[in-house]
Amino acid sequence: MSDLFPLTVRDAVASRQGKRLVGPVNLDLSGQGACVVLGPNGSGKTTLLRLLHGIARLNKGQITWSCPKAEAQRRQAFVFQHPVMLRRSVLDNLAYPLLLRGVPRKSAQTEAAKMAERIGVSQMLDRPARVLSGGERQKVSLGRALICKPDLLFLDEPSASLDGRATREIEDILQSAKSAGTALILATHDMGQARRLADRVVFLLGGQVHEEGTATDFFARPKTQEAAAFLKGDIVEC
Amino acid sequence: MGDLWQGLSQAFWLVLSADAELVEIAFRSLRITVSALVLACLIALPLAALLAVRRFRWRRAVIATLNALMGLPPVVVGLIVYVLLSRSGPLGALGLLFTPTAMIVAQMIIIVPLVASIAHQSLRDLWQEYHDLLISLNVTQRQKIATLLWDSRRALLTAALAGFGRGIGEVGAIMVVGGNIDNYTRVLTTAIALETGKGEFALALALGFVLIALAIAVNLVIHWLGRTEREGAW
Ligand SMILES: Nc1ncnc2c1ncn2[C@@H]1O[C@H](COP(=O)(O)OP(=O)(O)O)[C@@H](O)[C@H]1O
Ligand SMILES: [Mg+2]
Repeated sequence: MSDLFPLTVRDAVASRQGKRLVGPVNLDLSGQGACVVLGPNGSGKTTLLRLLHGIARLNKGQITWSCPKAEAQRRQAFVFQHPVMLRRSVLDNLAYPLLLRGVPRKSAQTEAAKMAERIGVSQMLDRPARVLSGGERQKVSLGRALICKPDLLFLDEPSASLDGRATREIEDILQSAKSAGTALILATHDMGQARRLADRVVFLLGGQVHEEGTATDFFARPKTQEAAAFLKGDIVEC
Repeated sequence: MGDLWQGLSQAFWLVLSADAELVEIAFRSLRITVSALVLACLIALPLAALLAVRRFRWRRAVIATLNALMGLPPVVVGLIVYVLLSRSGPLGALGLLFTPTAMIVAQMIIIVPLVASIAHQSLRDLWQEYHDLLISLNVTQRQKIATLLWDSRRALLTAALAGFGRGIGEVGAIMVVGGNIDNYTRVLTTAIALETGKGEFALALALGFVLIALAIAVNLVIHWLGRTEREGAW
């Protein structure tokens, strides 16, 4: 099996109804650790992630993985900002991606139960997923994304509406996935989360990459005025 | 008022004594409508799912047509099926007119648009909710439809119950294509029409109460079956 990375993005543009949402974006990612996509609301983080994952239409430019596109998408998973819960039990939600890939029901459920253990939802396996709290839902959707052992995990503001404890639990799971070798591309406007998780930072403004670099450099020595203002917590218009 | 009471007590008595003819007619009603419903669902549910997930040129027109056909007058359906199946009609050679099969076909035509329209609505809503996740998980068209059908099974059951209600209480189409033949195509609704015509109001009412009881019983059984799956916001 060839590698997923490096990823190259060349002049990628997404527009809807004649309006340019994102781009042109140029980006090279090696897929080591976590890349955090930072930027104010409406700066195009969600759109960029969806473009990279291949679930949003690209109008111009190229997004190239090191393996064929179909294979690339199979090796990735996406955690949405608002978790989508299937109308099934927690266990069946976790097992669902395995069933799609033809894993027999029994072993899929065994795997799902192990995953539930790992993400801390094993007391609620039989509960309908749609009655869970926000934090529990996000954990289930994270577990469901990790269950097929993706090489790359996209996360769109995974803790945007969660409290501190739930956020920490999510970040712990992400840290362990990271140390197990899963690459992360994570959109957030939460500076604290970015500092805790990032190895690289892509700072978006107005649908374009405004600044990009290692996390250490970005947080210690932002090159642009806007990035510096954003880091300080000032309001940055996009 | 007197007729009502008499009808009620006669219905009670007919049921209590398990009157052979009543039992036969009631079971025939049930058999015909349930057969029509099962066949209708086999067509309507996949159709509804396709309409919910596939974009094609005539999609909107098909949906609008299905919605309009929900109000199809049964007697007109009966008439059309009659003409098609009559000896000089295009399907006359099959010899199906005045048989239970003809009644099933007619009821199927009446039920399909109703079940498909109701099912389409809930499948479309669910598809909107699931869209991003399923696309991200790279589902095949078949997996997508299977997931949507399975996860909206409760709403689909309701759609099927609506179809059952329309079929079991329907008299226009079944009368025209079935002919209300004693011991062969006579069902509860056509028997009621016949007894009413003869002035036998008490018997007609008795049959009517049996019909209502049957419809309620089927609904209760289905709901009870659905509940075994534990309560909750599925
Ligand atoms: N489908 C769409 N049609 C039109 N505009 C859109 C669509 N999706 C997003 N946008 C717009 O694109 C911009 C970027 O949105 P988004 O990627 O969601 O930003 P972020 O996730 O950083 O908040 C916003 O101004 C948003 O209103
Ligand atoms: Mg967003």
